[in-house]
Amino acid sequence: MSRLLLDGLRRRGLRVPQLSLDGAVVLAAEGVSLAYGPVAVLVDVDVAVRAGEVLALVGPNGAGKSTLLGVLAGDLRPDRGTVTVDGAPLDSWSPDELAVRRGVLLQQVDVAFPFTVTEVVRMGRAPWSGTAAEDWDDAVIADALDATDVTHLAARAYPSLSGGERARAALARVLAQEPAALLLDEPTASLDIRHQERVLELLRARAARGDGVVVVLHDLGLAAAYADRVAVMDAGRIEAVGPPAEVLTGELLSAVYRHPIEVVRHPRTDALLILPQRSPS
Amino acid sequence: MSLAAAPPRSIERNTNGTGPASVGGTGVPDAAVAIALAPARSRRRALLLVGLGVALLVAAVISAGVGQFHVPADEVVGSILRRVGLPFGNRPSHANGEAVLWNIRFPRLWMGLLVGAALGASGALMQGIFGNPLAEPAVIGVSAGAGVGACAVIVFGWTFLGMSTVPAIAFATALITTGIVYGLARHQGRTEVVTLVLMGIAVNATSGALIAYLVFLGDTAAREQIVFWQLGSLNGSRWPQVYVVAPLVAVGLVGALAQARRLDLLALGERSARHLGVNVERLRLTSIVLVTLMVAAGVAFAGIIAFVGLVVPHLVRMAVGPSHRTLLPASALGGALLITVADVVARTAVDYADLPIGMLTALVGGPFFFWLLLRTRARAGGWG
Repeated sequence: MSRLLLDGLRRRGLRVPQLSLDGAVVLAAEGVSLAYGPVAVLVDVDVAVRAGEVLALVGPNGAGKSTLLGVLAGDLRPDRGTVTVDGAPLDSWSPDELAVRRGVLLQQVDVAFPFTVTEVVRMGRAPWSGTAAEDWDDAVIADALDATDVTHLAARAYPSLSGGERARAALARVLAQEPAALLLDEPTASLDIRHQERVLELLRARAARGDGVVVVLHDLGLAAAYADRVAVMDAGRIEAVGPPAEVLTGELLSAVYRHPIEVVRHPRTDALLILPQRSPS
Repeated sequence: MSLAAAPPRSIERNTNGTGPASVGGTGVPDAAVAIALAPARSRRRALLLVGLGVALLVAAVISAGVGQFHVPADEVVGSILRRVGLPFGNRPSHANGEAVLWNIRFPRLWMGLLVGAALGASGALMQGIFGNPLAEPAVIGVSAGAGVGACAVIVFGWTFLGMSTVPAIAFATALITTGIVYGLARHQGRTEVVTLVLMGIAVNATSGALIAYLVFLGDTAAREQIVFWQLGSLNGSRWPQVYVVAPLVAVGLVGALAQARRLDLLALGERSARHLGVNVERLRLTSIVLVTLMVAAGVAFAGIIAFVGLVVPHLVRMAVGPSHRTLLPASALGGALLITVADVVARTAVDYADLPIGMLTALVGGPFFFWLLLRTRARAGGWG
């Protein structure tokens, strides 16, 4: 009882996001520019993430994908432009109010001490502590462990896992957070094909229940197959954004990646196939 | 908007309102799930805390009894019970027993408990904010930093704050030292082992030089005081000193416990912790002030007692895992236990002599530190 009271007091001011199924903008950047010294990393970028969609960010190394993700997450303050979360400026939210609105998976997540996988995933529930959702912690955690196929590793210490296992456990932590928008930086980078497909299916399922998902991908095939919209970035700018079939053209990709790339349709499934020119000697 | 007006998002999403959508709305989480997730560590945690508590009580009673003037355990307990108004047990049989216990042994015992708890907890706290299990007040030079202030008070004979002058000045210099170490040793929210250890060497060397200069300035009495103080000792602890240290340590411990959950999240790294709603800057600042408060209080009267804050949290982590909600209280209890036992050894190892307790803890802690470094180097995916 006293604990309930305490939690009630502590959480009195927490504004929780409303569920939006009508494709409302959950996260947006407008006219965002950012430079590290003389190097312009983002140049006048506009991007909006809607509830219910998967937006893939693709582009060559150094295009500014992670930086854009950092700006959307509130880690980096843009030199110019604004970021809005749930319709209000990012700065107007308290840290715990932001935490129920956006979850972030960084490229690499190291855990300083030998916390078990379950403990790490449970950390994702921290923003909900003291709310009625807390009663569901165990179920949500079990679900996140299962969805990322790490249930069998639940009792293992996180630092003892392999790279791919860590990536999945870290993803489970972000899923357990249940934020309105998911920002994921290369969640598939160290995963095998089966887990890559699983993760993207998972993100589609999250979008289907009303989350906005932004995912940085290097595998253009995955982006073509799973994203609602793809944003192609190069040198700090968004060169094109739209449905995969419209945006992922051989012409644009060849220009952006500075390598000849051909885009064809699969003869049977009609899926987009993105083929870099290869000339093995 | 209050909670009552807007149900939490993760419940709201469910179509039938019985649970988060991700669970499929199956109603109350079933027992199988709860059992599968129940950390096997939770029972060990309770066991460890109770075990440490009991061991501490036993050690305290023994510690109060042993020494050149022996008081049997039952008489120690009897004397305490009578003081609090319970007419049970035997009163000390020797005429001086009561006086020895209440004027010499108990203040010393309390000082040991407080200093040990402070060092254990501040070690755990420091490791938490540095994200590195090698951070410890003495290793990274915070104790020596506090020492500079304490020595200055001794040498210059400052008394403007009465009994509290030493801890107050020690607090100030410790805060400066912690600030320097923290500001310089961290990079992108983490501290590399090499940086941390080198930083400790630099800070300890600088503090050592300042202390040496103060020794040079001081008169014979001050020099003697500083030398023994540097070795660390609980000898000569009196009630008024305990009354100064106790509230500082109490505030430090309570404050540390209040940070426990956020410290866990900080293990994910600074950015990820912030993504989970932790105000990282505030957490850091609060923790640094708490550590400094406890270290300064301990160092001011008991001198530099090294390695307690390193050894104890590490052992606790090996036994029950790194969760700060257990780590902090267990490290406080463990630190108190270690100091109490070390003090018994200090008083009894050599007849008619009181060994410096800081020497004893360094004797155990030094090799332990060595082992820790080697073990980490040998282990793949250590903490780099």
